[in-house]
Amino acid sequence: MTSLPSLPTPKKLGLVIDLDVCVGCHACVVNCKEWNTGGYGSALSDQDPYGADVSGAWLNRVHTFEVVPDGGEVVGEAGEARIVHFPKSCLHCEDAPCVTVCPTGASYKRAEDGIVLVDEEKCIGCGLCAWSCPYGAREMDLAAGVMKKCTLCIDRIYNETFEEADRQPACVRTCPANARHFGDLADPHSAVSIMVAERGGMDLMPEQGTRPVNKYLPPRKRKPLADSAQSLPSAENTDEAKGFFAWLDGMLDRI
Amino acid sequence: MKSEPRVALHRPIADEVRKTTCYMCACRCGINVHIKDGKIRYIEGNRDHPVNKGVLCAKGSAGIMQHYAPARLRAPLKRTGPRGSGQFKEISWEEALETATAWLGDVRHTDPKKLAFFTGRDQSQSLTGYWAQQFGTPNYAAHGGFCSVNMAAAGIMTLGGSFWEFGAPDWDRTKLFIMFGVAEDHDSNPIKMGIAKLKQRRARFVSVNPVRTGYSAVADNWIGIRPGTDGLLILSVIHELLKARKIDVDYLVRYSNAPWLVIDAPGTADHGLFARDAAGKELIFETVTERVVPVGTRGARPALSGRFELADGRFAVPSFQLLAQKYLDPKYAPEAVSDETGVAADVIRGLAAEIARVAFDEAIVIEQAWTDMNGERHQAFIGRPVSFHAMRGLSAHSNGFQTARALHLLQVLIGAVDCPGAFRFEPPYPKPLGAHPKPHGRAEHFRPDVPLAGPHLGFPQGPEELLIEADGTPSRIDKAFSWDAPISAHGLMHMVIANAHARDPYPIDVLFLYMANMAWNSSMNTAGTMKMLEEKDPQTGEYVIPKIIYSDAYASEMVAYADLVLPDTTYLERHDCISLLDRPISEPDAVQDAIRWPVIEPDRDVCGFQSVLIDLGARLKLPGFADQQGRPLYMDYADYIVRHERRPGIGLLSGFRGKDGSETGRGEPNPDQLARYIENGAFFSAHIPLEAQFMKHANRAYQEFAVRMGFFDKPQPVTFQLYSEPLQKFRLSAQGLRQPFAPESHRERILEAFDPLPDWYRPFEEAIVDRDAYPYHAITQRPAAMYHSWGSMNAWLRQIHTKNPLYVPGPICDRLGLADGDWVWVISHHGRIKVEVARMEAVNSSTIWTWNAIGKRKGAWALDQDAPEAGKGFLMNHLIHELLPPKGDGMRWSNSDPVTGQAAWYDLRVRIEKAEPATASEPQFPAIAQPEPEPRPAELRYGQEWSQ
Repeated sequence: MTSLPSLPTPKKLGLVIDLDVCVGCHACVVNCKEWNTGGYGSALSDQDPYGADVSGAWLNRVHTFEVVPDGGEVVGEAGEARIVHFPKSCLHCEDAPCVTVCPTGASYKRAEDGIVLVDEEKCIGCGLCAWSCPYGAREMDLAAGVMKKCTLCIDRIYNETFEEADRQPACVRTCPANARHFGDLADPHSAVSIMVAERGGMDLMPEQGTRPVNKYLPPRKRKPLADSAQSLPSAENTDEAKGFFAWLDGMLDRI
Repeated sequence: MKSEPRVALHRPIADEVRKTTCYMCACRCGINVHIKDGKIRYIEGNRDHPVNKGVLCAKGSAGIMQHYAPARLRAPLKRTGPRGSGQFKEISWEEALETATAWLGDVRHTDPKKLAFFTGRDQSQSLTGYWAQQFGTPNYAAHGGFCSVNMAAAGIMTLGGSFWEFGAPDWDRTKLFIMFGVAEDHDSNPIKMGIAKLKQRRARFVSVNPVRTGYSAVADNWIGIRPGTDGLLILSVIHELLKARKIDVDYLVRYSNAPWLVIDAPGTADHGLFARDAAGKELIFETVTERVVPVGTRGARPALSGRFELADGRFAVPSFQLLAQKYLDPKYAPEAVSDETGVAADVIRGLAAEIARVAFDEAIVIEQAWTDMNGERHQAFIGRPVSFHAMRGLSAHSNGFQTARALHLLQVLIGAVDCPGAFRFEPPYPKPLGAHPKPHGRAEHFRPDVPLAGPHLGFPQGPEELLIEADGTPSRIDKAFSWDAPISAHGLMHMVIANAHARDPYPIDVLFLYMANMAWNSSMNTAGTMKMLEEKDPQTGEYVIPKIIYSDAYASEMVAYADLVLPDTTYLERHDCISLLDRPISEPDAVQDAIRWPVIEPDRDVCGFQSVLIDLGARLKLPGFADQQGRPLYMDYADYIVRHERRPGIGLLSGFRGKDGSETGRGEPNPDQLARYIENGAFFSAHIPLEAQFMKHANRAYQEFAVRMGFFDKPQPVTFQLYSEPLQKFRLSAQGLRQPFAPESHRERILEAFDPLPDWYRPFEEAIVDRDAYPYHAITQRPAAMYHSWGSMNAWLRQIHTKNPLYVPGPICDRLGLADGDWVWVISHHGRIKVEVARMEAVNSSTIWTWNAIGKRKGAWALDQDAPEAGKGFLMNHLIHELLPPKGDGMRWSNSDPVTGQAAWYDLRVRIEKAEPATASEPQFPAIAQPEPEPRPAELRYGQEWSQ
């Protein structure tokens, strides 16, 4: 068994993901792979890359669901059906079961900033952590035999060889839709904390008691177009071109 | 407290960063390529680049896997087995180039039209078009004919510009953004960035699309329209706006041809054309003095309605009167179009109401004085912050041209073109129709051993400018600019192989293609196309299409059908030029162009296609490529980019011109130009002064800026053409009233499709086939992680989409008893395919669809033969014929828009029947051999050598 930090970490670094704007383009997924396959720890391997059973280790994936919410708005002919793109990576939980379950101390949560990491030197690839994670956020690298997970790009966010603007996770920097935000969720004045407060940011599966640091911003309320239908003014003599041209003459006189 | 492991936090990314331009799709984002130990460590978006401002999509981020893909060709290839087998031997470049020179030289010396040179994914059309012109063949075009020519042609003919490369929504100011159909891939990152801005400002985003995926998933409102009916929806919105008097009359009078007088003389050759004075100037009726005067008369207050006598005693009416009469007809009322479009009347009315409210109640004012082309000073720019975007979704129907025209009409009616908050032009657009070239390619335009008399592509402004011979035969192999497709401004690449095979209008000798997968996902009737490429003439034993030269970087399906393969480099190994002469990357506020340069050296015997073309041009001694002694004028493409001048002082790149690099737009070639671009991040950007940033079509400061930059040599303001005179000329020909007369066979079709006012008619396939026998629409789109990308065999991207199911609406599944994983036959008038289904609710209830270009032929793209792409993956193309079904007039019409020849991919009608379970889709084809088999790794550990 491995211990979590005994005190709340002074910083809680994490991601805020905006489901109102994520279009499911997978930019974050692939840029994460690209950065991390040459970054922290062993490469993110791919098995049978050009064959029948292609698979690989990824630290971030986008899942796409179709939902038909109860009592949702009615837009268009297909009723309420809606597509939700749901990016998912390690949520850097405060009560991270993947850490406490680790038999070797390889999985740990950093006391300084709350990032959950795997020390690959100690990892024996037993897979208990992946089994204990309720989010399925860890993936075994089959080539290295070690567990891989989101590092919040620890080799970027503190990296003094980078320009300040680049010291953020690769997925955040690359996201074309600005759906991903990085910051300190322990600081109530940070941009990410304000965003969470204003938009009703949510925990993923709070009933699991893992207290994830990452938050999701729910889709904003949408107003059906049909609600505006009655607001279009109806002019006199609407059906006759004659009435229209009389109005037009009046308009031209005013110009 | 136990100690935590030490983590290396400060490692530099790599040894060096080289900035270039992405080519994983068509956005042309700036990228930083980080090089470590001579390999690519990481590719990220360039934060300083005006297109993507640092972001990068999935494709761009997968560039490493594209560069190191086993599907890459290794050396020039000569076919050894039969066509389609994939059997080749490697040859030297010298042998390859000498072979090509011999084949092409024979054609040029005897009959240059026997070369058909068509480029697919070409970002160098200013070179390829120039080369083809110097060669002298009339048969050249790029892929616009099967992409989005409807959008481009309708935009140019109506506004003097169109979406994507011609303009963009004013993302920072727009308050209502409406996107029609599949448009996400043109251009994907800027639209995503734009949607993010809208969301931040709480601006409304409406998506009109039969399928609610991608960007539609985050739209505030989704209108799940029935495919091919967008034009009707738009005209209904226009009907509502006219009825509610929500139009910008001042804007119409100033900037459109609404007041221009149209001759009302039915039965004569001039009926429906603009009345003109002796100097050829269009006329208006001036309401104060009650006189007919030329357009542009100072202080004139034009009439928009009425019937007026001209000096010659004929009568004329303002075009706007015809327009208003047409669209006020109750047949365009929301209730009247609701069934056809599948959109509830209240939704249509709500859409019109929101457009009206935002345009007129939420207008924007930018306090910046400006002067219009009439010399009138305006104190501010008035913005109508409603913007639109559309691309292939509207385009790829046989009524797409008129639909795109309808959308542009809507924009102009509410005064929302190039004002703050609306769609805005990107330099060098707008450009009026009259400033575009006319097409060249008639017999009088070419002969052996001389260049074509002018550019291939352009806009005929009437039937007298068609490319047809005296007997009416099309001059071009694709029949572009003939009566079949008079305004086919981008050619008809999708008809080239079928026509060449049928020797209609004539046989060709050499088919020369660049990056166009015509033996697979870029052709309609794919199986038929493969047969055409394989078929031999029984008399001579030669292939019916005798010689095929093809250039590609990867072992695509098309490679297997070439006789000679010229292996291209990847985008990271080459010089390229994103030129203002070609397909610009400007923004509404800035003039921009860019380059690519070799950020990594090729490790194999490949060469950038453009350099190959320049070499061939010199070997063929083409003017412009060789001097009078026959010596090459350019070393390679890089040299051409720098030194080629189209007009004195105007070259491919606008930045760092002049001897010392200090000039912009115009200036002598600068030998250090490419170095300056590289230093600047591989792009150049020149800001447009604020006074010139809006109303470019009529803004004197902008027009002067454009002349200074060298876009034009004199100002070229645009008057928006709501009523299109060129279209009316074709109607008069079809009525037998105006010379040249349209052939009898084409008259009905032209009368139906060439309405001078935007119109809607049912797409042809739907109109011809039995709607009950084929009750559903079938459409495709590419997924975000792959759109516009050349090679979904990419080891990372293919893990996101390894196969493509057929998405079937829930109600159809219920009716046919279908569940996820069941198999169906999808049957069209042309063929059938057997595929696996997935249920979906967020889709128009009569529309089935799939992801395009995931399905591969076995053996292609260096994938294993049992790869899911070649098993369950499939193409919808097998159901689509390049010809429409017979309709009893004895003709087989091209499955294209009758105005532009745009391939009507999305007109497809099908039925589905439950099938027995299977493990692979049908049809299947024999596997093709990998031309240069390289061992494919069983496992990839990219970057392992850099792990800590």
